[in-house]
Order: sequence, then structure tokens, then C-alpha cells
Amino acid sequence: MKRFLGFIKKEFLHIFRDFRTLIILFGLPGVQILLFGFVVRTDIRNAGVAFLDLSKDEITVKISDKICSSGFFVRTENLLSYNDIDRILKKGKTKAVVVFESNFGHNVISEGKAQLSIIADGSEPNNATLVTNYLTAIIADFNRELAGASFSGNNLIQPEVRMFYNPDLKSQFMFVPGVITLIMILICALMTSVTITREKEFGTMEVLLVSPLRPVQIILGKVMPYFLLSLIDVVIILLLSWLVFGLPVKGSTVLLLAESMLYILMSLSLGILISTVSQTMLQAIFISMIGMMLPTILLSGFIFPIENMPVVYDWISKILPPRYFIVIIKNIMIKGTGFLYVWKETLILIVFTMVFIGLSIRNFKIRLQ
Amino acid sequence: MNNNTVISVHNLVKKFGNFTAIENLNFEVSAGEIFGFLGANGAGKTTAIRILSGLSVPTSGEAVVAGFKASSQPEKIKRVIGYMCQKFSLYEDLTIRENIMLYGGIYGMSKQLIRTRTLELLEKLRFESYIDTLIVSLPLGLKQKLAFSVAVLHQPRIVFLDEPTGGVDPVTRRQFWELIYETAASGITVFVTTHYMDEAEYCDRISIMNEGRIAALDTPAALKIQYDAGSVDEVFLKIARPTILLHPPTSSYNGAGSSPIKEVLK
Repeated sequence: MKRFLGFIKKEFLHIFRDFRTLIILFGLPGVQILLFGFVVRTDIRNAGVAFLDLSKDEITVKISDKICSSGFFVRTENLLSYNDIDRILKKGKTKAVVVFESNFGHNVISEGKAQLSIIADGSEPNNATLVTNYLTAIIADFNRELAGASFSGNNLIQPEVRMFYNPDLKSQFMFVPGVITLIMILICALMTSVTITREKEFGTMEVLLVSPLRPVQIILGKVMPYFLLSLIDVVIILLLSWLVFGLPVKGSTVLLLAESMLYILMSLSLGILISTVSQTMLQAIFISMIGMMLPTILLSGFIFPIENMPVVYDWISKILPPRYFIVIIKNIMIKGTGFLYVWKETLILIVFTMVFIGLSIRNFKIRLQ
Repeated sequence: MNNNTVISVHNLVKKFGNFTAIENLNFEVSAGEIFGFLGANGAGKTTAIRILSGLSVPTSGEAVVAGFKASSQPEKIKRVIGYMCQKFSLYEDLTIRENIMLYGGIYGMSKQLIRTRTLELLEKLRFESYIDTLIVSLPLGLKQKLAFSVAVLHQPRIVFLDEPTGGVDPVTRRQFWELIYETAASGITVFVTTHYMDEAEYCDRISIMNEGRIAALDTPAALKIQYDAGSVDEVFLKIARPTILLHPPTSSYNGAGSSPIKEVLK
């Protein structure tokens, strides 16, 4: 046991002495969470919108004012002719142009309907969809106000939409669980595989193997520090998301931490497995980055919903452990569900962990013969 | 086997599938002896050292190291041997003191004992002022001597040196061998592989392995007489050359310059 403690201490020394390791361990989670939280957004704020008002009456002014006072849009310019539309969209700041036909207000009052077009910048499809959805919603709202004023009874169907679990549709709700999932697999799988292959590359692994330390102790001693530090990372990310984005853990924090430990364990055993198949640190980095990071970002349901993917991708994502952890963490953090709702995913993660450990042991034994 | 024997190998065989790395190896090494273990790449040296250091078990036959059987007590063997390989084996981002504490701890030495030995060692090597220096900033020769000293810090019965002087200049090599002599004089058996034939001359006895067997084993002087050669180099070439010509290096088991335990990691 004493031998083992000295060995763990040495691993901590490695970590705290290497500036790059420290940055990856503690800088990266903070930066990622702030980056994803502030920069990558699926909601809109202060998007530029221009108006081409060919009618200039009371109603068109009301509509454009309503759009600009919503908080989602700012007026960039009032255009004078159709020719200006192309020019202002090309400038880039304006994401959409709202065009009112001539005699708009008159048509509304006398004929009960009028035409308005929304021209959006389709070169950014996601943004364009968002912007047009928001504009349509604001105009629909105005429609109802008008209808309410002209009809005495409220006989139109009025859907009232409420977003459960995330009433303000904050995009951070989506990204924080994703970032935790990503960071953990990055730190655990990448860092452990690198730290083990580093010993191989530098020749110190030979000396360790000949020493009285058992192989199990060597591996445990290498990964234990990363287990502790990763757990600290989870806490840092949760605190950051709570303090900066006001995102509390709705469910049991204890359960969330326990599930995180399982996920960290799974990622560590994956890192060990990677280290058994790679000779050099470069190889280990390559396998971890290309093999784990990209699929995690693209296929785990972190950003892109799995339901919308072609079936083949769905199958692929089924063998990616992060997919299951994202479900678990979203359930606990955002919906506040208990263990009963995530036991299946938990079980799958346990199976993954055991498979990775089993494969690592097999690889190791083959080499020891 | 007399009481003075620390390594004794009887009819040792190691097979990997259909490939026979070692066929019928027999030799004994006495305490305090400097035993040179030579052979061309692929002759089976690597496999033999792996078995002797408790990393691999024999297919048949037996190797007894410091009284423990390689077949059934490899963990016990590991406690009483030291090991140093060609690749520099100390941690570059730790200081001398931290490296010593680490390896001393791994071999179960008490803090007090480590401290005493460290002081002795530093005095002997005149390292005192470097004790809290990171290894990475030391010159190679110093590192190599330090690595050796750390390998024998726990005073093992036997120390295995696998091409310990690779890449070191002649002066440092000379100093390194002085350390080896001192160690052997203190009763620690030195089991060394090398490709420098002048170094082989420094050994008490040398064995030359070829094709999984020991082709020659005696003192350097006796071997030179037996093979009518002026140097160990000539002896080596006379023994190893015929088979090297018969079997081009590509068909041999190991790649050039591979160290015994590195094989484990592949």
C-alpha cells in the first residue's frame, strides 16, 4: 500500500508540473462551458432586421415597433425600395427584411387581410429558420391582438405554448450537459491513454513492470489522480453553469455525482484500452481525438438530435457511451427525474465499463504471455 | 548448485506458438559476478532476460533466481532484483530526490533508509548540489550513472543491465564500468547485455547466445584461447556470423535493438 501511495503521489507531481496538462484539466472545462454557453446559441438576441415599408400607416408602424421592442430584434435600416434588400443582406448585419405591401393598413381594415413578406438570409440556414420563426410568432401575436379588438367574443383558436423544464428555452440547458459529457471523455480517455503511453515511450514502463508493483497497481496508480481531478471538474462545471447561467441541478445532486463517477470510470477504462493498443503518445491522442471527440460531438445527441439522423447514424451512436450519459445527465439536471428513469442507461454504462476493462486485461495478458 | 549461485538455469525452453525463442538453455551465475550476456539481435537474449526478471514464464525447464522459481514465483523475483535499460528510465520532470523517493518507495524501503542511502550515493557521485534539480536538465552521462545507482538503491541480489551504455561517450562509459565493479564488489551480481565488445572484456564471464542456445560460455581470456582470437569481438563474430549469413536479420524474432520488456508492451 505504501509503495502504491508513493506511486500516486508521483503521478500528481507529473500533472502539476506540466503546464499543458493543467490547462487541459482545469482551463478547458471553464473555457468550453463559457464558450458553448455564450457563443453557441440556439436562441436569438438582437438580430438585425430591416424594414421596407411601402405603406407607412399606423398598423405597419405598430408591427415594426412590436418586432423591435421584443428584445429579439434591432432595426438596422428602413429601406426605400426592393433594390436595397439584396444590398443590406449582403452587408451581413441584417438577418431578415420585413416587407409591407402598399396600402397595408387599408387592406387590413377594409378587406380583412394584407400581405407581408419576410426575406431572410438563407446562407445561414439555422439562423434564418430561427429568425423567421420568431418573426412569424410576433406577427401572429399581433394578428390575435387585432382580431381580439375587432371581434367582441374571443372565438379564434388560441394555442398557448409552454415549455416544460426549460421555460425560457435557454440554450445553455442543452449545452451544459453536453459539455460535461464531452469534457469528461476528453480528459479521462485522452489524458489516461497519453499518460500511460508516455511511460511506454520514455521507457519507464519497463522499469515499473520489473518492479514489485503489480500491473493492476501501476494502472490504478496512473488513473486514480485523473479520477479525482475529473470529479473536481464536474463540480466546477456545475458551479459555473449555476452561477453564470442560472442553471440549477433540478434532481438529486448526489445521484448526478454518482452517475458522473460511473461515466468517469467508463471513460478511464476506455483510456486504458486505448493505451493498450497504441505505442506512442501521438497514436493515443489520435485515437482519442478522432475516435472519441468527433463522434461524441456529432453523434451523441449533444448538438444534433439523434431522432433526426438517418438510421445508420442512429446505430453508430448506439455504441457511443456518451449518448447514454447525455440522456442521464439531462434527465437529472433539467427534468429532475430520479434513478428510476435512468436505470437502463446506467446499466448500459456499467456494461461498457466492464467490456473496456475486460478487453484491456486481455490485451495486457497477451503481451505478457 | 553451490550456495554461491544466484542464477541457475536448467533446460530452459520458451516457445511462442510454433516459434522457439529459447531451446534448452543451461547456465549458472555466482554471487558478485559480472556476467556478460551477449548475442546477436534475435538470438534469444531478450526472452531470457524477461524470464529471469519475472516478466515471462518458461514453457518448460526452470530458472531459479535468488532462490525463487521463475515459473511459479515471479513476484518474489521482482522484489530482489534491480533493472536498468538502455532507454533512460528516470522521470525527467521529477527531481533527483523525487525519483529516488519514488523508486525506493516502490521497492518498499523505509523513508529513513532511503535518506541514508541517498546521502551515501550523493557523496559517492558528488551530486549533492543537484539533489533538487529536475532530471531533464542533467547531462546524459550523469543521468545514466544516476539511473544505475537508483537501480541498485534497494541493494538487490542481482541487477540486470540491458545495454546500459548505449549512446554514452567513452569516458562516461569507463566511469560507468567503475560503478559496475564497485557494485559487484559489494556482493551484487551484475547481469549485463551489451553490443560493445570492449565492454565484454570487462566481464568476469561471458556467454554468447546463438539461435536460442548458449554457443560459448567462459571467461573472456579462455574464450579467446579456445577460438584462437585476439579479442572478444573476433570470438563473437566467429560464433555469430555463420548463422547471420544463413538467416538474414529480417527472419529473426526481434527487431534490431529491442529491449526485453519493450516486447511486452507491443
